[in-house]
Formats: sequence, structure tokens, C-alpha cells
Amino acid sequence: MSATNSGSAYSFELKDMNVYYSDKLAVDSVTLSIQARKITAFIGPSGCGKSTVLRALNRMNDLIPGAKVTGDVRFMGRNLYDPNVDPVEVRRRIGMVFQKPNPFPKSIYDNVAYGPRLLGIRQKSTLDDIVENSLKSAFLWDEVKGDLKKSGLALSGGQQQRLCIARTIAVEPEVILMDEPCSALDPIATQAIEDLMLELVKKYTIVIVTHNMGQAQRVSDFTAFYSIRKAAEADGIERRWGLLVEYAPTEQLFSRPTSEETERYIRGEFG
Amino acid sequence: MSAVEVPNTQPIDGRLLAGAEFTRQLAARQRRGRLWARFFSLSTVVAVVALITLLLSIINDAFGFVISTYRVDPTTLAPDGNLELLSNEELAALLPERRLGAYLRDNLSVVPPTEFPSVPLGQALPGAILPPGVAEKTFAETTVEERRSILANNLNVDLLASLVELDVVSEDVRETYTLIESLFERDRIEREYEEKFGGASATDTVKYFRSWLSLDFITAPQASSPEVAGIRTAILGTVWIMAITVVFSFIVGVGAAIYLEEYATGNNPLERFIETNIRNLAGVPSIIYGLLGLAVFVRVLEGITQGRTILSASLTMGLLVLPVIIINAQEALRAVPSSLREASFGLGATRWQTILRTVLPSAMPGILTGTILAMSRAIGETAPLIVIGASTTIFVDPSSVVSKFTALPIQIYDWTRRPQDDFRSIAAAGILVLLVLLIGLNATAIILRQRIRRSLQS
Repeated sequence: MSATNSGSAYSFELKDMNVYYSDKLAVDSVTLSIQARKITAFIGPSGCGKSTVLRALNRMNDLIPGAKVTGDVRFMGRNLYDPNVDPVEVRRRIGMVFQKPNPFPKSIYDNVAYGPRLLGIRQKSTLDDIVENSLKSAFLWDEVKGDLKKSGLALSGGQQQRLCIARTIAVEPEVILMDEPCSALDPIATQAIEDLMLELVKKYTIVIVTHNMGQAQRVSDFTAFYSIRKAAEADGIERRWGLLVEYAPTEQLFSRPTSEETERYIRGEFG
Repeated sequence: MSAVEVPNTQPIDGRLLAGAEFTRQLAARQRRGRLWARFFSLSTVVAVVALITLLLSIINDAFGFVISTYRVDPTTLAPDGNLELLSNEELAALLPERRLGAYLRDNLSVVPPTEFPSVPLGQALPGAILPPGVAEKTFAETTVEERRSILANNLNVDLLASLVELDVVSEDVRETYTLIESLFERDRIEREYEEKFGGASATDTVKYFRSWLSLDFITAPQASSPEVAGIRTAILGTVWIMAITVVFSFIVGVGAAIYLEEYATGNNPLERFIETNIRNLAGVPSIIYGLLGLAVFVRVLEGITQGRTILSASLTMGLLVLPVIIINAQEALRAVPSSLREASFGLGATRWQTILRTVLPSAMPGILTGTILAMSRAIGETAPLIVIGASTTIFVDPSSVVSKFTALPIQIYDWTRRPQDDFRSIAAAGILVLLVLLIGLNATAIILRQRIRRSLQS
């Protein structure tokens, strides 16, 4: 299948996407389109499924036994969950940065070169080039260029997260998914990551899950607000699942939300 | 004042203790704690005392005075009685004439012992250096000089020296004393030496302090007489067995652990059944593995293993330690943070690339430690080797995986069963060798683990 509408402004088009964990509904019927080369933020209370939706976008959920995605999930016009699509290719084109910085227990160089080496690149000069460019793109080069052999774990938290971003950039993805990338960082390191995001969005589509509404307002172009629904089962156990409540340009969502639930959440009266 | 209320520090309704009552009760609580702490430290002392006693009793047997008689005084044969200074020819010339045939038959012949006298030597001793014209002769047709020449040219100097030691010098240890006796009862030993053996004036008797654990003991082959017996044959047997065991059990064990941890989903009843039973297998008595090895490797697969050989022993030992290795490797793999796996998958790695480049390097210190601990269990295992039929009366070093063999624990077990005191002494020396190997193995595990851990972190 070719990318039929590669000229489209949309990276992702989701239609009635449901995610199940062991046959229990986790996210109910999400429909949204994510614009290319923009930053889209997912906000909402804990347990609303925003991380689950994010992980469905690069098939990270496949790694969880019992996870299942139904509905239509398209990336560049192509069905991500088509049986002919290899999740390995998906994850290479759609990179991911995690909540807790997770550099490999290897040198800075080896961390960044990890992805290119997976793709079979062995030539030292090529790897050197990729490492340097990726670290420069992640605003980390000047801090580490003297000692690329140092362990990635020896860096500060904020540097580690930028190393993880550099590592993701090194495989030349089209999209970078970020799952609360700043939640383990102090305000200064957070500022650095936000600046970096605003630079990266010139080349990449970025989707970010955040608990920090200020961050969503500062960096994102579009914001999706998710919330939780509850129902009591027959056996008295409460069942919870998440759903998309409102999706709009960030400025509009925060100033003129259409849903009362959104309004209460952004005023801090929820969860 | 602000509206914040100060929490009430008084007992709410008198049910909680306060004041002097509280202090008294606290003292009682502390007393109970100190009592337990004393019990715990006592437990440690018991363990340490037991270990020290064990070690001392072994050392006690391994060193001490001996009183020996010689058939021929070694100082009349070589300077200072040191036979190793003599050449092959000189040693061969010392060997007793009537034993020459037996030496050739036992050490060089490849034909069955009963056929040896009737077969031409060229056929019985293929590859041996023979004097001209001897190849066509049977043993009976050769001269004594030719026989000595064959021995001199084909046996190494150590073996010749040990044969002279055994059959010519023929030291016979008549009395052995433990280290404690040697240190504190010198007078009694001296008196016994004078009264029973004629003391220093007797020419064929000597009293000396003997370290049963010596370089000679380690390098000499196994022999039937404790005065010359060494442990080389058993050390080599153990080294061979351990080398093959570790290769077999590491590959299969780590492979199985990778499958169970990284590929199996854990939802399948069969997988759960396997997981549980691997744990049960780790607790099966080792003699059962011996019986299994006897039935499968020695009998059914005799075509491959050639019967009671190093290969059979190694495979049996491999099965014995396999559950331990699998369990340890599984735990090491499980301890690798899932965030590292996610990072690797997130960069577009396949499952195998993730395992090879991220999971295994992080788990390797744990896997290696588990493997070496399993090896130190295997190195001392005696029961399975007895069951599959290790020889205790084997005097030649193992040379291939299908050699007959003996091993350290087997040799020690065999020696301790003998009634004579001098066997007890070489058994003690053998135990010390085994302990040193064991400590060496564990030290290697620790060094290896530290080195890998450091290379992962910096």
C-alpha cells in the first residue's frame, strides 16, 4: 500500500479507535486527526487513556500481552494495524520518548548509534556523522562533545532525556511521540526540552502527553482533552475507561472550551 | 494566631501509654530486641565455628609426621634420594626385571592384556619407539635390555620415577601422625619410633614431617599405593567434566531462560506447567540424575558417549545444574528494567535485536554468577558420578571426551573408604585441592561480575 495522501496535512487519522487490555475496554472510540509538523498535546486526568492512545500510535501496546486495538488507525493514509504492516517498521518511523529518561547503560555514543546500528550501519564515519548531527539537533552536543565515551547514565536527568531524544532522531523518524517527557525533570531542564520541541517541530510531527497544562499551552498547536467514564458492573466492581472529550486548536480549547467538563478540568476543578 | 490547629499530643482516651509507664514498656521492648540480636549473632558464631572446625580437621589430617620403611634406601640410588635427577635410561635400569612385561602391558599396550604375550610388539605397541628388529618379536622373544630400552624411550621421566619409587624404593608408610599429634606429642612419636622401629640407627626406617599436600601430590597420577599416589588424574577428570558441563548447560540453560522470559507469554497453561516444574527439578536429589544419566547417556546413547565416559558424566552433570542455571538466568533477565526493552523496541529493534543488544548485556552479570554457582555445586557432586560408574582405579589421564575418568570427589570418596591411615591423609590433601578449586571458581565469578558491571556503568 502506498502513502496515498502523503501530501495530506495529517500524520495520523484515527476513526473509532478502541483499545482493550485483556478484553477490558481501556479507551473508547477515539476519533481525531493529528496534523503533520505540529505539536499536539494530550491532556487529562490520570487513567483517562491518553498514554494508551499515544502508545497505540506506534504499536507500543503490542508489547503488552492481551492488548488489542480495533477501529481505524491511519498513518500517512496507511492502516497501521494492517496484518501486512510490521510493527518494527512502524516504530522506526514513529519514534518515542518516555516518561522516565531511559538511556541504555552504554556510552553516549553507543546510545545514539544504537538505532542506526539496528539498521545495519557499520561504517564509523557515517555513525560519527549521525551521532554528531543527532546530538546537535537535541541541543546536547556542546555539553557532551568532549566525552562521548562517558556512560549515558552519568548525565543529569535533563541531559539524559535530551540524549533519549537524540537517540530517537538518529533513526530519522517522521513523528516523535513523547509520553510525559518532563515529568521527572526540574523546571530548567523542562524549559530546555520545551525549547527543543519548538525547534524539532519544524521537521517532525510531535505528539506529547502532559500533565502540565501550562506546558500544553506553551508548546502545543492542538490539544486533545481526555476524560474518564465509570460504570458499576453487575458484580459490584467498578469499571473505568477513557474517552476523548474535546479536540481543538490549543488557544481555542483553553479560552473557549465547548465542553463543560473541559472547562472544569482546565480551571483545576477536576481529578 | 492562624487558624491552623495544633494537633493534640495527649493520649486521646488513655488507652495509649504515657510517662513512666511508657518508659518501662519501651525498656522491655528494647530488651526483647537485644535478645534477638544476641541470638542472631550466636547463629553466625555457630556457623563460623563449624566451618573452622571442618577446615582444621582436614588440615590436621593432611600434614604430620610419618614413619616409613624402604625396601631400598633412595639415597643409595640418587643424590639426596631425588629420583627425578636421573635420566630415563638410568631409571629404566633400576626397574625390577620381573615387572618389565607388566609395565609395558599396563602403560603402552593397546591389545587386550591376555593377548599381549602372544602378539608381536609392533602390533601391541603401535607408535612406540622400538629398537631395531623388535617390532616382529613377541614380548617373550625380547631381551631384558630391549625391554628396558622400550620403557626408557616411550615412558616419560615422571612415570619412570614413580615406578621406581613404587617397586624399587617401595616406601611403606608404617605410622602416620596428625598435625596436632605432630605438634604437641613429639615425645610420644619419638618414643614409638625408637621402640617399634629402632629409631635413627635403623637404616631402612625414617621419620620425617610429611606434607601430604605437595607439588608431587598434585602432579603425580593416581596410583594404588598412597605413598606415591597423586591427584592429577582426578583434577584433569574434573576439569574435563566441568568444561563440557558448563558449555552444555550454559547454552541450553540460557536459551531456555530467554525463551521463557522473552518469548513465552506466560498465559499458556503448558508454559506455566513447565515453569513450575523447572523449579521442582532443581530440588531433585542428585542421585536421581545419576540414575537418569546411567539409563540414558551410558546405556541408550552408548553409541555416542561410549559408555562410562567423560561425555556421559558431563551430560549428566549438565542436566543436574540445568534447572539452577535456568532459574538464575530467568531472574537475571526479569531484573532488566522494562524501560530498556521499550527504549530498544521504540527505536525499531526487532525482538532478537532487543534481546541481543540490550537485555542480555544487562543480564549477563547475573547469568554468569548463577552459572558459576551452579558449577561450584557440580564440582563437588559425587553421587551421580558413582552411579554412572566413574572408575577409581584409573591411572591414565583422560585424553578425550570419551575417555574413562575419575574425578576429585570420587577419588576423595574412594580414599576415605580405605582403612589405612595414610589413605585418610591423601584424602585430606585431596579435599584441600577441591576446596582451592572451589574458591578459585567462586573468586572468578565475583571478579567477572564486577568487571562486567563496571563496564556497563562507565
